[in-house]
Formats: sequence, structure tokens, C-alpha cells
Amino acid sequence: MRGHFDDELAKLNNSLIEMGALIEDAIARAARALENQDVETARGVLAGDDRIDDKEKEIESRCLRLLIGQHPVARDFRQISTALKMITDMERIGDQAADICEICLELSGRPYIPKLEPSPLMADATMRMVTRSIDAYVKKDADLAQDVIESDDDVDRLYLAVRAELIDLVHEDPANGEQAFDLMQIAKYFERIGDHACNIAEWVIFFLTGRHKDQQVF
Amino acid sequence: MNVFDITDLNLWYGKFQALQNINMSASEAEITALIGPSGCGKSTLLKTLNRMNDLVPGCRVTGSVCLSGMDIYGNLNVNDLRKRVGMVFQKPNPFPMSVYDNIAFGPRTHGVKSRYALDEAVENSLKAAAIWDEVKDRLRKSALGLSGGQQQRLCIARALAVKPEVLLLDEPTSALDPISTGKIEELLLELKNDYSIIIVTHNMQQATRISDQTAFFLLGEMIEYDSTEKIFSMPQDKRTEDYVTGRFG
Repeated sequence: MRGHFDDELAKLNNSLIEMGALIEDAIARAARALENQDVETARGVLAGDDRIDDKEKEIESRCLRLLIGQHPVARDFRQISTALKMITDMERIGDQAADICEICLELSGRPYIPKLEPSPLMADATMRMVTRSIDAYVKKDADLAQDVIESDDDVDRLYLAVRAELIDLVHEDPANGEQAFDLMQIAKYFERIGDHACNIAEWVIFFLTGRHKDQQVF
Repeated sequence: MNVFDITDLNLWYGKFQALQNINMSASEAEITALIGPSGCGKSTLLKTLNRMNDLVPGCRVTGSVCLSGMDIYGNLNVNDLRKRVGMVFQKPNPFPMSVYDNIAFGPRTHGVKSRYALDEAVENSLKAAAIWDEVKDRLRKSALGLSGGQQQRLCIARALAVKPEVLLLDEPTSALDPISTGKIEELLLELKNDYSIIIVTHNMQQATRISDQTAFFLLGEMIEYDSTEKIFSMPQDKRTEDYVTGRFG
């Protein structure tokens, strides 16, 4: 009876999984480019951001077509509105991976000052948040989404630790300032990626339970 | 305040049980929608609320249905009940008489004779049903000459003419085009300030657009009753979810 609608929902799901894979790959490559000062990889991430933007537009128009054509209600309505909200955060994650790569290009040719090398911890932690938030959607797992939300505090703590460390290094030698500032910005981008993963997880919980940020929406 | 309180209501047509242990209330100044697949009992429940099922041979009712606290199957006179609880049907059914006489029919039946009082009832009812401007110059002409949408609004005006407390509507727009449907829906939203409205509808979008509460029926049982927003966004019962999302029905 609703074969066509179910097919369309399956396509929407696949598109979201594909967009999730694109942003996970963008963050992983941004982290690699940062760690290895790998200019080629950084340029690849920047060039690939258009694909993420295109995917967002494709999913957006798929959702809008479903809204107008199917008048979804109940679980269908929550699934489609969740998809619409998720892609905004996913697209921003792609932008932030690209922003990190732009700074990598700025930093290229200038070896990292010893002790100032970017910590891979933040990159790992945020990448895990993003991967698990998308997994929570795919597996319809509200507990996993809740774990993602709770792990945001860990990322925030890592960010504050990196910030304190960079301030100390600038105090030690003001010549560290320029690079420290760039690395600070990168740390902030990772912290924001964590926030976006958190938003995604919150919408996954809405999809599965009707509650958003512990509020019953309806 | 509740206009209807239905408690442990069971209804049989002969040996067939059409309603099973229904417990629900309908509030004043709200629109309550009854939804469910064909044969689920929603129209039967509607007809129970002004005892139209009394006319069906072999119909038996147990439990209680209270209108503003009075059991309608107890001491309440059926004519008084139907004055207080008006009904509008799926197919517009104007009487084969003038627009004026259609509206004046109810008041006349209830003993209103004064020309002035009848004129006033006709004008007020037609205005309340948002059709006055369209018919005021043809009050003496046959109501059968009106369009389907106009006829249905005339039927609503006819129901309003006896000043009911509750308006029951059984799929009132299923025979109408989208513009006429829109006019009836707007009208019901206006009317709910002064009348309690209970509507049976097969149109899910209509229920979401106009109703405050929605009850879902299946095989004579009321499966779920909640705010319309909740029923259409986060239903609690899988059968409700499957019905509103079109997985059966």
C-alpha cells in the first residue's frame, strides 16, 4: 500500500548514510593532514567539500518532496524532520573539516614548534562522536545517541586542556604565538564538530522517542 | 468541562458487537475527531451520541453516555437530546423546500411560531454557517439549487437553528471539492468557540488541521485517544502508528 513511500524513505536513509560517510572521511583526512602536514590531503578535503554540499541539497530536496507528496505523520514525520535537521549539522561538520585544512595549508612549510604539535586526542574523540551519532541514526539506537551527547563533555575538557597548554606556551615564549593561535583555532573547530555531533544525536533521540533535549515536543 | 462522558459503552447490532467497552470524554469548545478504517465503529459511536441507533432494529446498548452529566439513555427525552445534539451527514441532505424553510424547520418543530423569531433564527444560523451572504437574496428559492458545498453549509445552519450544544458530523466533506472542504473546515474552527464538535473523518489531514483531540478506533475498540498532535506525531500504540502512516486501513 505504501511501497513507493517506503522505497523513498529507504533512499533517504541511504543518502544520509552516504553523507555520513563523506563527513567521517573528511574529518579523518583533515586529522591526517594536520598530523602529517600533508598538503595534498588537505587540498583533497577542501575540494571534496562540494560533494558534501551537493549531498545536503539532494537530501533536502528529497525531504521536501516527501513532505509535500506524502504528508508524513508519526514515525515517518519524525524521520523526515530529523533528516532535515541532521543534514544542517552534517554540512557544518564538512565545512569545519575544510576550515581545519585551510589552516593546515597556512601552516605548511613551517614545521611544528616542539611541544606545540597538535594533539590527536581531540581529533579522535570528535571523529568517534560523529561516527557514533550517524550509527545511532542508522541502527535506531537511542542509547548510543545518548552516549554521544554525554561524551561531548570529554571533548570540551580536551579543548580546555589544549587551550591552557597553548596559553602556557605563549607565556613561555611569545614567538610561539602565531602558531599557537592557529592551533587554538583548529582545536575550536574540533570542539564545534563535537557540538554538531551532539545536535545530530539529539535529533536521533527525537526521531526515536519524540523527545528533544529532554522535552516532549508534542 | 466535558460535554460528553462515555463510560463502559458496549453496543450490539443483533449478535454483532459494534462497540466494545468505550471510555472517553469530549470537552466543551473543542473539536474531537474519530478516525479509523471502515467498519471500526466510529460512525456507530457518533450515532449513539444522539441515539440515532435507537432506530436500528436489534440495536442494544450497555454502559452510560452522559451529556453534561445527564445519562442520555436514562431519563432524557430523545427529542430534547436531538435538539441539544445536532447531526450533519456525509451527503448534504437539504429538504426539498426553500432555503428559509430548511432552516426554520427545526425551530418550527420545537414550537417557534413568531415570524420575527423565525426570521432571526434563519439569519443568525445562516450567518453562523458562513453562507448568509451567498443565499440572502434567494431565501425563498429551493435549497436543492445550491452547490454541494453550499448545501452542506446549509445543513450545518439547519442544525445550528435549534441552538444545540454539540454538533456531530459524519464525514461532512467527503463529497465536497477542496475549496468547499476548506470553507467547512474554517467554519468548524469558528464554530468550536460556541459549540462542541465531534467529527468522523477518513481524511487524516483534515483531522490534523482542525481537531484538538483524536480517537482511533479499530474493530469496535477505541485503541488510542489523545491530543491530535500526539496521535499524529508520537502515537503510543503500534496499531495507531500503522493506521495513520497508511500501513493498513
